[in-house]
Amino acid sequence: MSLCLQARQLACERDDRWLFQGLDLDIRSGEIVRIEGPNGSGKTSLLKILSGQLSDYQGELFWNGAAMNEAREHFLANLLYLGHAPGIKSGLSPLENLAWYQALSGESGNEERRLDALEQVGLAGFEDVPAGQLSAGQQRRVALARLTLTPRALWVLDEPFTAIDRHGVADLERQLVAHAQAGGCVLVTTHHELTASPLLRRISLG
Amino acid sequence: MIAVKATLVRDLTLLLRRRGEVLNPLVFFALVITLFPIAISPDPELLAVIAPGLLWVAALLAALLSLDSLFRSDYDDGSLEQLLLAPQPLAALSLAKVAVHWLLTGLPLALMAPILGIMLALPAGSYAVLALSLALGTASLSLIGAIGAALTVGLARGGVLLSLLVLPLYIPVLIFGAGAVQAAIFGDGVAAHLAILGALLAASLMLAPWAIAASLRISING
Amino acid sequence: MWAFIHKLGSPKWFYAISAKLQPWFWAAAALLLIVGSLWGLAFAPADYQQGNSFRIIYVHVPAAFLAQSIFIAMAVSGLVFMVWKIKVADMAAAVMAPLGAAMTFVALFSGAVWGVPTWGTWWMWDARLTSMLILLFLYLGVIALRGAFASRDSASRAASVLAMVGVINIPIIKYSVDWWYTLHQPASFTLTSRPAMPTEMWLPLVIMVLGFYSFFIALTLMRTRSEILRREANKRWVQDLVKGQVEEAR
Repeated sequence: MSLCLQARQLACERDDRWLFQGLDLDIRSGEIVRIEGPNGSGKTSLLKILSGQLSDYQGELFWNGAAMNEAREHFLANLLYLGHAPGIKSGLSPLENLAWYQALSGESGNEERRLDALEQVGLAGFEDVPAGQLSAGQQRRVALARLTLTPRALWVLDEPFTAIDRHGVADLERQLVAHAQAGGCVLVTTHHELTASPLLRRISLG
Repeated sequence: MIAVKATLVRDLTLLLRRRGEVLNPLVFFALVITLFPIAISPDPELLAVIAPGLLWVAALLAALLSLDSLFRSDYDDGSLEQLLLAPQPLAALSLAKVAVHWLLTGLPLALMAPILGIMLALPAGSYAVLALSLALGTASLSLIGAIGAALTVGLARGGVLLSLLVLPLYIPVLIFGAGAVQAAIFGDGVAAHLAILGALLAASLMLAPWAIAASLRISING
Repeated sequence: MWAFIHKLGSPKWFYAISAKLQPWFWAAAALLLIVGSLWGLAFAPADYQQGNSFRIIYVHVPAAFLAQSIFIAMAVSGLVFMVWKIKVADMAAAVMAPLGAAMTFVALFSGAVWGVPTWGTWWMWDARLTSMLILLFLYLGVIALRGAFASRDSASRAASVLAMVGVINIPIIKYSVDWWYTLHQPASFTLTSRPAMPTEMWLPLVIMVLGFYSFFIALTLMRTRSEILRREANKRWVQDLVKGQVEEAR
């Protein structure tokens, strides 16, 4: 399925300061789009606007050619967003955390898939440890397990490489490329230098 | 629907693993009730007169105590963003969270109140009404309070502000809740009071989830 | 229609039109308040029960009316801001909140002063005064919430939501407080719920109420104008305006 997220003349003003203005974006299947810019240039705000969390913007958004507020339901059903904070409850085990995310995406879920997903991010053996006892990198990996657990076409990832080790970074990078090759699309901000790839495109802010 | 149920289960599990947080409001309730005979007088006749109001005010404050943490941890660890992006309506999901708050705060307070009523020499015949009015009333309090909690969750020190926002809105519930217990003591009909408490709950159930959802969307962009 | 609403929402347009409207409201306020207070305080007959002390209603009642109306106006502005994203509406709501709180305080204070000759005490838990006190807390909540946010955009939205929640609750609070009062303190007399006033007593009251409203509108226009200048200080039209005035002064 071919996907297309478009922004036309996107502008965001926070407290009388323009973060960006007149931004035109076309994000299509098979692409990895990296948003670049110095701190405070509005990368996170842009991701929040593009993932439908922030409604405080000017300009228009289109999902597969339809205006965003009409296509919102279909858009959310195809979106996986990982924010700055991993969204992992420290009082719950990785398995329980994933169970909630699976249910949140509307699936009744099954335990085997969750175990598989955890194994893929290298957390086999940690399934039932309270997430509060895991390291920051391991918690990030629990969040990343959602990428395989609940397949979504559009990934919006805000600094996904934070806190994970070199090995994990390479794995994640491979995963991003594989996702794009399979027809998905990835929108990412990161300070980590991504390996050049024909699928990678950069957008600079600020 | 799956998502709502899962959110209920998740929040219940989380809170039951941290029992201290569940017990704190109950201990606070008992403690505040202990302060009054000490500060005023141990005279049972005097206490019996003020008992309905005291029990209701103390329960209301105890319920307020745990309100600040309703969305706080979700906000801090990033799961609130995920809640906002779920394909399910945010109003329904936040209703699940409020339901957990009531189950683990309002309901235990209501069940505990009769025991404290004995200690305040609350006249016989009003105990069932006390528990029932508190059970009904605290449900409204949780719903209304959650609006305040959602509005202040993005603020570093929202706790005191939360009480300032929420307490004036609690007054109707307090009037009819304490009124129900007093009516039971005087032997008047309590049906009208309980019906109004029910009506307040119905109104909060209809309107509050939307206000909570709107407030959460504001706070997430704080 | 849409074009009109958005034109109304443009700060520049509002700034221009309010400049024309403002003097009329100031004039009306001055005229009505002078006529109303002279008539009410000097010429209206004394009350057969309360003597001259009843005259405080010429301040108390308009202030109490206004206190409630301002909250409603604030909530409506909040709604307009949230639905149509009209910033002027939020600026108006922001300046209305302290005004409303001040009016509520005036109503409370005048009620307390009136209580001394009537009840022999500064404070009675009278239904009207109690509702007013709760209203004051609602105002303080809105003001405090607006002040607590670091980002002004979020502050505006949060204050709008709270004002709307408050306005839904005001009738409920008022009804429950009235009910509570009749239950606990039946039939002592209150400031306004009395048998029909003679014409020469209520006519000045109507004039005073209209005067207070004109005063409120004039003051809101004026303060919204300065709020516009403050918030739009880095916009082109404001800078041109200031430049023009500086040159004129030379």
